[in-house]
Amino acid sequence: MNKIDIRNFNLYYGNFQALINVNLSIEKRMVTALIGPSGCGKSTLLRSLNRMNDLIEGVKVSGEVKIDDRNIYENGLDLIQLRKKVGMVFQRPNPFPLSIFDNIAYGPRLHGISKKIRLQAEVEHALERVHLWDDLKDRLNRYALNLSLEQQQRLCIARLLAVTPDVVLMDEPCSALDPVSTAKVEELIYELKKHYTIVIVTHNMQQAARVSDKTGVMLLGELIEYGETADIFTKPADKRTEDYITGRFG
Amino acid sequence: MKRQVESAIEKFILLNGVACIFFVVLIFLFLAREGLALFKTFSPLDFLAGTRWYPISTPPKYGILPLFLGSLIVTLGATVISVPLGMACAIFIGEIAPRWLREILKAGVELLAAIPSIVIGFIGMMTLAPWVKYLFHLPTGLTALSGAITLAFMAVPTIVSIMEDAITAVPKSYRAGSLALGATHWQTIYRVVLPAASSGIVAAVMLGIGRVIGETMAVMMITGNAAVIPTTILEPVRTMTATIAAEMGETVQGSEHYFALFAIGLVLFVISFLINMTAGAFLHRERK
Repeated sequence: MNKIDIRNFNLYYGNFQALINVNLSIEKRMVTALIGPSGCGKSTLLRSLNRMNDLIEGVKVSGEVKIDDRNIYENGLDLIQLRKKVGMVFQRPNPFPLSIFDNIAYGPRLHGISKKIRLQAEVEHALERVHLWDDLKDRLNRYALNLSLEQQQRLCIARLLAVTPDVVLMDEPCSALDPVSTAKVEELIYELKKHYTIVIVTHNMQQAARVSDKTGVMLLGELIEYGETADIFTKPADKRTEDYITGRFG
Repeated sequence: MKRQVESAIEKFILLNGVACIFFVVLIFLFLAREGLALFKTFSPLDFLAGTRWYPISTPPKYGILPLFLGSLIVTLGATVISVPLGMACAIFIGEIAPRWLREILKAGVELLAAIPSIVIGFIGMMTLAPWVKYLFHLPTGLTALSGAITLAFMAVPTIVSIMEDAITAVPKSYRAGSLALGATHWQTIYRVVLPAASSGIVAAVMLGIGRVIGETMAVMMITGNAAVIPTTILEPVRTMTATIAAEMGETVQGSEHYFALFAIGLVLFVISFLINMTAGAFLHRERK
């Protein structure tokens, strides 16, 4: 079953067309990777799924992005509900300059939970999901920016899970991490797909091969190929895909 | 050759840097020497805690408590007015206003900073004081309240520009992270941006207060200059700065009165120094 359906989607930054007629169906509880050279539009496509592109001046779109059969670009859509449902992990870990507890409690507080006991339960649950609870349970009042980068990124994932999304968008979530931390975060992604639909943008093709079920390859704003990850990396249908994954450009 | 030029330039810059500090130290020493001379003939306790400032009575009384409280009430009043105003303005400029309006507002705030204080004092005296007098049915409009309002307008540009810098310096990634969690713009501002900018905000407030407490001309024109301990904000007061400005011309150099004015200057110096230190500490605060 498809969680996200992207139909004839175009996106313009002013006069520059960043996404050209993208069609893509993303399946529920799978990890879908978007790969491609820098500037190909993969991050833009990702950011279209929770409408973070709205923050950039001069962005125009056409076409449809349906999540659970509802076009998120239709008039009158509740952006807050959309972003609650479709969460995002950023390239660089971006915990707020608050305590660990307040970082995780941020989302639940926004969405109306104020009882200390409820918040504590949410924080514990979210931190357990990302395997930080045992490490951090005794120092929840510490300043979040003093954690290691890997812990920060896990914290950001936990912060996101605390608002109970269905879809998790990850924009190169490991690009600031070392290989060991990367492996750990990848394990986490693998676990999370049991509960969430995950879309991950990555520069790292091995990572796409390791964590994803499906892969989309983008080039100059177009989705040139989409299919099972194993197929993309072993027998790509498009010559350009082959050139890219074998490192001839990109 | 090149190396010599290089080292000469370095020395020249070093000299300038040292000179600035040197002058501050000289000023402080001069102030301390002249100010502390008062205490050879007048008790420090009577100076700091005395409730009467009668410099030309016999025997003269140099109690700065009424002046200190005058400064305090005017400064507090100005802070209460200018901080919310400046903060709202900084948030609007930094977070909400579209780009074209932002530039206009920033220029406007800078223009406000460029108005000479005497001109603001003028306006306060001619328009604000009569209003205060009329509104509160007072015998005179030259009160601590008028002074506070006038000074608030002088503190606002300082507060706005430093706060706005602090708000703009908050990384975009915090805002993106907050919005991506489903926060509204306003929730993002008060839950993430303002806490993240808190050091700069406190520093802005402190520097605004520093500006107010050192202000002389406008405050002298508009507060009524009565050296009595104020009981409400609707009474005339006299600040420490205004006292020095008003009386310095009439004193004999080297007299007790002359030293007393310097001692007031010393107190002001210490207060300003403490305020600036606090502001600096907040500006460079490292979070634990």
